[in-house]
Amino acid sequence: MNIFGFSVPAGYEFIINLVILLIKIGIVVGITMLHVLYATYFERKVIGHMQIRLGPMRTGFHGFLQPVADGLKLFFKEDIIPAQADRTVFKIAPVIFVFAALSSLAVVPFFDGFVIANVNIALLYVLAMSSLGAYGVIMAGWASNSKYSFLGGLRSSAQVISYEVALGLSLVGVMLMAGSLNLSEIVSAQQQHWYGMFLFPQCIGYFVFMVSAFAETNRTPFDLPEAESELVAGYFVEYSGMRFALYYAGEYIGMIVMSSIAVLCYWGGWTLPPFLLKALPFLAVVPGIVWFLLKVYFHIFLYYWVRATVPRYRYDQLMGLGWKVMIPLALANIVVTSVVRYIVP
Amino acid sequence: MNPMTPGSYMPTEYFPVLITMVIASAVGFGALFVGNLFRLKRAYREKLMAYESGNPPLEEPRYRFNVKFYIIAMLFVVFDVEAVFLYPWAIVYDKIGLYALIEMLLFIVVLVVGYVYAWKKEAFVWD
Repeated sequence: MNIFGFSVPAGYEFIINLVILLIKIGIVVGITMLHVLYATYFERKVIGHMQIRLGPMRTGFHGFLQPVADGLKLFFKEDIIPAQADRTVFKIAPVIFVFAALSSLAVVPFFDGFVIANVNIALLYVLAMSSLGAYGVIMAGWASNSKYSFLGGLRSSAQVISYEVALGLSLVGVMLMAGSLNLSEIVSAQQQHWYGMFLFPQCIGYFVFMVSAFAETNRTPFDLPEAESELVAGYFVEYSGMRFALYYAGEYIGMIVMSSIAVLCYWGGWTLPPFLLKALPFLAVVPGIVWFLLKVYFHIFLYYWVRATVPRYRYDQLMGLGWKVMIPLALANIVVTSVVRYIVP
Repeated sequence: MNPMTPGSYMPTEYFPVLITMVIASAVGFGALFVGNLFRLKRAYREKLMAYESGNPPLEEPRYRFNVKFYIIAMLFVVFDVEAVFLYPWAIVYDKIGLYALIEMLLFIVVLVVGYVYAWKKEAFVWD
């Protein structure tokens, strides 16, 4: 067997492959954690400038070391477990939350051929993992044994499962167009068309997907579970120090995963539309990972843009929007897509 | 060997997923462990009380809650299973053609009937 031009003696293939796999996972997890750190900085800067403030400025050049300082600080913070709390569940809940978010990275391809596990049910796996994250939320809400946490956990789980239906249904349009659940194959299916992005034929699906993704990751305008003016911080009000940091990190990893799925399913992933490449052939020189990251950064910026623009929904409005608008829209999208796909294969 | 023999199929392409899960939980527990080496431990009774804006907690926090949450949970089970049924249909749609289209339109009509019933029964109304 040959790996990178070196011949490997028989019997060692498994170990060599395992080491390569571990390096790959290390790169993906490490880069994602770095992105989480700087997504917080980016958020504070974007929102600051949108509100005509400067955002963090003191730590390093233009506050560039602020996320590092924040992260280090959290390591030294006391870990308070309320006397009333159910200790085991309370301790394990943030780990489940971050576990679910990080595990979904296993099937996300970052550029052509670079994916930890090239499985053919990738999209289903990502949806399953995002539902698993709801357990971290509801366990935290229940185990804290505090009224605010309890209400926050209940609201959050009801919200997440409501929008999960819309999220799952909106992706059926992409599956119809691509004929696959494998994210790499979905990207290459988009290259078969001259427009090169499912964003154009699936604009309704994309809209439903993005709204549901905002609700699924508990971001504004759907951050009801952590509404600071009524529930203080919702399900993680009793958490402090490193456990709080895990919830924070999990939320940002969730944002990054949802942005990546949006890019892969609707924006053509690391590829550019063929008509654009025909018009501007020099763009082909830029490696795919750059396009992928730029598209993901745009989606992360969109999260902050919406946060700075739109006020928070009321709970009844939120549930009404999910069940009465998003689900019918997603169903209509499925019907229209399948009929059009039958007429124009 | 026939790959369909029970117990003989080894899903090797999922092995990296398993390793990722192990590493993901190691990241969670590792962060807590490292924090444990540095952090303070100075707990006293007031600090360990449940947070209620500075007042002593009044009653049991796990009180009875709105039955609407149960209805939403039940509707979720129905609709999510429907969505999962749609996935294999969408994947093989190109290979089956008209039969798949009509079959699935019927399926969606049945789903919409249930949806309209839930709407009429005011399952989506939060006063």
